[in-house]
Amino acid sequence: MSDVEVPTLELRDLQTRFHTRDGVLPVVDGVSFTLARGKVLGLVGESGSGKSVTGFSIMGLVDPPGRVEGGQVLFQGRDLLQMSNAERRALRGDRIAMIFQDPMATLNPVLRVDTQMIETVQAHRSVSTMAARKQAADTLALMGLSNAEERLRAYPHQLSGGMRQRVAIAIALLHGPDLIIADEPTTALDVTIQAQILSEMQKLVAARGTSLIWISHDLSVVAGLADEIAVMYAGRIVEHGTVDQVLDDPQHPYTQGLIGSLPSANLRTQRRGARLRQIAGMAPNLLQMPAGCAFAPRCARASAACAARPEMSAPSADAPSHRVRCFHPGPVAVEAPV
Amino acid sequence: MSLTTLPLVDLQGVSKRFGAQPPLGVFGQALRRLGWNTPPVVTHAVDGVDLAVRPGEVVGLVGESGCGKSTLGRIATGLLTPTEGSVQVDGQPLHGLNGDARLAARLRVQMVFQDPFASLNPRLRVSRIVGEAARLHGLTDAAGEDDYVSAQLQRVGLDPALRHRYPHQFSGGQRQRIGIARALAVQPKMLVCDEAVAALDVSIQAQILNLFMDLRDELGLAYLFISHDLGVIRHLCDRVAVMYLGRVVESAPVDELFARPNHPYTRALLAEIPRIDQRRTAFNTIRGEIPSPITPPSGCHFHPRCPQAMPRCRSEVPTLRGIAIHHASACHLNDAA
Repeated sequence: MSDVEVPTLELRDLQTRFHTRDGVLPVVDGVSFTLARGKVLGLVGESGSGKSVTGFSIMGLVDPPGRVEGGQVLFQGRDLLQMSNAERRALRGDRIAMIFQDPMATLNPVLRVDTQMIETVQAHRSVSTMAARKQAADTLALMGLSNAEERLRAYPHQLSGGMRQRVAIAIALLHGPDLIIADEPTTALDVTIQAQILSEMQKLVAARGTSLIWISHDLSVVAGLADEIAVMYAGRIVEHGTVDQVLDDPQHPYTQGLIGSLPSANLRTQRRGARLRQIAGMAPNLLQMPAGCAFAPRCARASAACAARPEMSAPSADAPSHRVRCFHPGPVAVEAPV
Repeated sequence: MSLTTLPLVDLQGVSKRFGAQPPLGVFGQALRRLGWNTPPVVTHAVDGVDLAVRPGEVVGLVGESGCGKSTLGRIATGLLTPTEGSVQVDGQPLHGLNGDARLAARLRVQMVFQDPFASLNPRLRVSRIVGEAARLHGLTDAAGEDDYVSAQLQRVGLDPALRHRYPHQFSGGQRQRIGIARALAVQPKMLVCDEAVAALDVSIQAQILNLFMDLRDELGLAYLFISHDLGVIRHLCDRVAVMYLGRVVESAPVDELFARPNHPYTRALLAEIPRIDQRRTAFNTIRGEIPSPITPPSGCHFHPRCPQAMPRCRSEVPTLRGIAIHHASACHLNDAA
């Protein structure tokens, strides 16, 4: 590492569009962020906000009709979008790994776990099958799977959902990547299993200095895990800051709405059984995006200014890392329950 | 609300075993002795559960996947018949009723399913999905069906003008509203909601939870609310039952349960809910996974994962006993104290 530390990942104005028969969908519309070594970024948003496609764009896994059409994806200073397929392939699975939501879709159902893991090891290193198998067993043990030898001989359908996800994560970890993109990997799991996996991930990331992007719709999971949070809405990041800044002092009305609709957040301020604060309306159709702020039709603060497209605010002096894309940012207004 | 009201739905000693076969005849026994007929694999999904829901009450049912909470919900709705035990609706045992009375009793309890994509017939228009059952049960006639459906849709916050559309033309939250309208169309007294908000985004989830609470005030509905999300349960429910591997291990009013959880499993579960006010948490975990309900552990089902397990827990099944007012827990530790 040189004197000036190069961030593990820097996105500059990433644009990913889907060309459908009905029109062009700007699924990722100018996403920029920087992720330093060993940091955990929680990328939060609702279905269709573009958070998963941002992850796929970094990995180079966007399938037609989708295309990454603009911006830069700088991984350790090198632009992934300018690389040849062979160069990207050498990085993928080795230095950059992705974990998906459904482990059954990641694992090949007709191959034993050991076959799949050995194949992954040998795809990037020329080692003997014996050594690769040893490495696979060690990584499984690292993910808290007891009886690794027996698990290696199993087929994916013989494992429980939690074990499958551990195997999928172990495969991602095989080469000790510098960057892991995790796309809702614990959403389908029980809280107890989720807590176990979060705990393993946390230890591994801290021990190895791996950077992690944790894509989730669940603010509570991200709260316990991440250093920074970026909130996405309709393809754009609307608020970005440290966990404490975004969750304790949200500036964007959408972030405030998201936090407000959590039953657990309402507990602190309201009596049980009271109405939850809800965000009016629905996420916009990407085909008919409002010209200005995408959130304006649902926003109580919307004014004439919101017909123009808001940019991310410049970092302020007292909170340099806290930025927001809004013409009327500000703390939560004290409002009567709906 | 008085806790002495007659329960709307009363489950007594309910068990459900999947894969159980009737006793073998002489021929079957002979075959088995020769090894040509292997004993069936029996899943103990629900094991001797008592649960009552009173009118207007919201009862939460929590537990990990595979603990039998959905099976119990389906038994309460009448979609499954219990292997043992009885289900009483309005004080009448469901299995003892004849045709018409039985249908009427089953209409009282309706279900809202988890997946709003799978639980609506994609080839039917919303008007038919919502109106069909009501017409068949004589709650409306062919002439009045259109108005009836419109009223149902209006009640769950959908524009009645959309009633001629197909399910795929709606978003996930809207589809869940259609599912609720369908359940309410037969004028039930209770809804069993099986993970009804789990598949929805948080902001939509809040809208649907608000709808459930409005309907409760408006129609005096009772709910059996099945969820793995303790935040939702805490917000919505009056009383909670915690299930583990087919048995209820603890049951208490919601504030009591969250303030003074008694069973080690409940305590572990509560400790593991991710919370928005906890930052950079060290996630402490209970070890292991829920065991298979095909071969449940002996004694207390939780003993292999329990940090406080004693020798007695391996051999003896703890009974669900009262430890405070309306608070029951099934743990041997309560005897020692």
